[in-house]
Order: sequence, then C-alpha cells, then structure tokens
Amino acid sequence: MSINTINTRILSTEFEYFEPSSVEEAVNLLGRYKEQSAVLSGGTDLLVRIKQKRIEPRYLVNIKRIDALRRIEKTPELLRIGAAVSLLEIEQYDFVRTNLEALHEAVSSIGSMQIRNMATLGGNISRASPAGDSPPPLLVLGARVNLRETSGTKSIPLEEFFRSPGRTIMKPSELFINLEIPNPPKESGTAFLKVARTGMDLAKVNAASMIMVEDNVVQSCRVALGGVAPTPIRVKKVEELLIGEKPTDARFADAAKTASDEVRPIASSHSHKRSTAQYRINVSGVLVKRTLQLARGRSLERK
Amino acid sequence: MKMARIITFTINGKARKEPVEANTLLVNLIRERLTLTGTKYACGIGECGACTVLINGKPALSCLTLAAEADGKDVVTIEGLNDKISTVLRETFLEEGAVQCGFCTPGFLVMSSYLLKEKPKPTEDEVKKYVKGNLCRCTGYIGVIRAIMKASEKINN
Repeated sequence: MSINTINTRILSTEFEYFEPSSVEEAVNLLGRYKEQSAVLSGGTDLLVRIKQKRIEPRYLVNIKRIDALRRIEKTPELLRIGAAVSLLEIEQYDFVRTNLEALHEAVSSIGSMQIRNMATLGGNISRASPAGDSPPPLLVLGARVNLRETSGTKSIPLEEFFRSPGRTIMKPSELFINLEIPNPPKESGTAFLKVARTGMDLAKVNAASMIMVEDNVVQSCRVALGGVAPTPIRVKKVEELLIGEKPTDARFADAAKTASDEVRPIASSHSHKRSTAQYRINVSGVLVKRTLQLARGRSLERK
Repeated sequence: MKMARIITFTINGKARKEPVEANTLLVNLIRERLTLTGTKYACGIGECGACTVLINGKPALSCLTLAAEADGKDVVTIEGLNDKISTVLRETFLEEGAVQCGFCTPGFLVMSSYLLKEKPKPTEDEVKKYVKGNLCRCTGYIGVIRAIMKASEKINN
C-alpha cells in the first residue's frame, strides 16, 4: 500500500497496550499473546508499520519503562547495552566513543537526532533490516545477544541471530534483553562507513572492519557488510586473506576485490531498493578497503 | 479492545490529567484535545520533524509517540518555549528570512532551542547535525542555519 493512500495522522489499528515495569511481567505478556503481540520500544519503525497496516498487532508491550532494559553498563570484560537504551545514549557513552569507534560511527549516522533519541539498539537489531547500520560493527566486535522467555534465557552470537530480511531466530514469545560486546583486542582499531542517498536515508551498502596490527603484521581481523545479502554478513574470506599478512594498501586492494566477489546482493529486493546489485558489489569492495585503512590507522595509534 | 486510561503529565509547565485511548498519538492529544496547534502534523512517518516536541527535555516526534507514553513525563511544545534562547531564535529566524510558509518552523525552533541549550556555541556542522531531521520545502536551509548561528552569537554576547 502506498503511503499516499493511507492516513498516517492517526493510528487506526486498535490494540491493548501494556507498560510492564519488569522483565518478568513483559515476558509473561509475550508468552501469553505470542504472535498477536508486538514489542514497542522506540516506536520509530513499529508505529510506522502499524500505520501502514503492514502489521496489526492486537497487544502492544512497551518495554521502555523497564529499568533493567534501559541500562548501559561496563564491566572489566565487556559492555552490556540494554534493549531499550536509545541510540543517542550509546552515541554519547564515553567508552563507545573512545574504544568502539565503528559502533559510534554507525549509531551517529542513523536517522536524525529525534530518531536517535527515540530509537533503540534492541529495535535496530531485531528489525533485521539487511541494511541496518548497527549490525556490521557489532558483528566485527563479536557481540552476543541475550534473549529471555518464560522458560528461560538464551545467549547467542549476533552472527547466528539474523535469518532473512525482517526475520531473526527470535520467537514471538522471546524478549531481547541486552547485547554484550566483549572488549576489543588490545591495540585493535575499528571503523564503519556507509553509502546512502541522503543523510536520513537507509544505507545502500555499509561496512565495518576490525583490525589489530602488531610488528607490521595483521594479527586479528574481522570484516562485515550490510545491504549486500538477505542479512548483514561477515566476510570471512577477506579476514583469512589478511591475517598473518602485512597491512599494506596493496593487500587491502586484494581484500576489496575478494569482498566484491564474495557478496551476493539478492536481486529481488536489492536490485530495486535504493541501488542495483552491480553497484552494491562495486561499492562493497571500496567500503571494505576504506574501513580497513581507517581501522589500521586507529590500531597503530593505540601503540 | 481499546482501553481508555488516564494519564498525568505536564505540558508547557502545567499539570494535566487526560483520558487517552491506547492508540491515541501524542500529536493528536496535543493538537486536538489540548488545541496546541503550533505542533504540526506533516509526514506521519518520522521523516520531516514538523511534530517535534521535547519530552523530559529531549526532542521526540509526537506523531510516532503514543499519548500513553507521556504518562508521568514533562512535555514542552513550541507554545511553551518562552525562555531567552527561544525568544532570540524567533527574532533571528525573522531577520534571516528562515521562514516562508512557516509550517516547518515550530519543529525547527524546538530543535534549535534544544541545540543552543546543549551547545551554546555550535559550529555550522553541529547546527546541520541537529536540524538534519527537519525538512523545509520552501525556503531551504541556508536562512535557518544563519538564524541559528546568529542567535548563538546574540545570546553569548
């Protein structure tokens, strides 16, 4: 349905609305109403889809009043970000700005100030857009997702979380609790870049790299891309190509070529939405090379 | 299925109690019930920023916020912006020709007063970053950026 034929001035769908104050309460509601329920957090995506009648949930569970999900905490080993923490809070969090550059660059690049103040990391990830901006940096940082339902909790690597555009392994009865990002390897650097039509637009292609250089040799490396497959992906062939090698621009040019060869933009959606498959293939390589160069510089600055 | 609930909140400094349906949007409550029509409805999908209000001091889109979410919160609309920053911004918007039809102006004023409270001396890049989510379809952005920079100078001198 086109946006011009529907009234977005009101929310015409009727639903029952809940504001649980604890995770237990929220999980019980999701367990009871399952696929008839939807989790409301920032609302910047969910309410748009309800207005457009793409979904019609009968029960809305607002998780923004659950204190446990609004926390961002740093332990000696990791950073834990609650599902309902806003993108703006993450952008302004010191450890993210100073140590997780790729994540900082990704969240700061999303939408507008208003959107970032409302939208949450849990939402950006669970939406499972192939071109979401937070997944590539979180993939190269090795993040894990913690889920909960009435029968118990589950912790899975983010890499195993996405299934297809808009779909994750999460069941309707499960609640995204938080995301855990281990401290990046000492003296590593990360970077994120994207290509989009305008500042507010979704990415055509986005990329993140993590690299650790020691004695002029790549000790550790991870590369991820968005917008070039049904889900955000790690590009392991590129990683294998670089580990144990010198981090030269020539090597990175090989990495770019490998990245372009590896990606398979799905023609049905990715050729039509925002750019052609061939464009995405070409741009993937360029972004991989540039993020590697940026990450290399940051790794060397940490010495 | 629709369940009315009573919410308590402050709007522009005044405490209010209002019954709302689960699917009432904050923009509907503000414009239709409270008749504060300075807040504009335009795109309805979070692209244009015309409906921007401050909730607990932070900018939010009232067309993508349920009225029920305002329970216990402090909401400020363009009508409630009466401090020095907002007054100077109103003047500089006029002086710099930042207004043509005026439909986007309340959203721009809410955003730029939030900016100048956070960063009294913003750079031009910071101004652009803050008003990136506000669209103007008449006059463009140059006048708006000039107006905000000029307001910052006036306030700091």
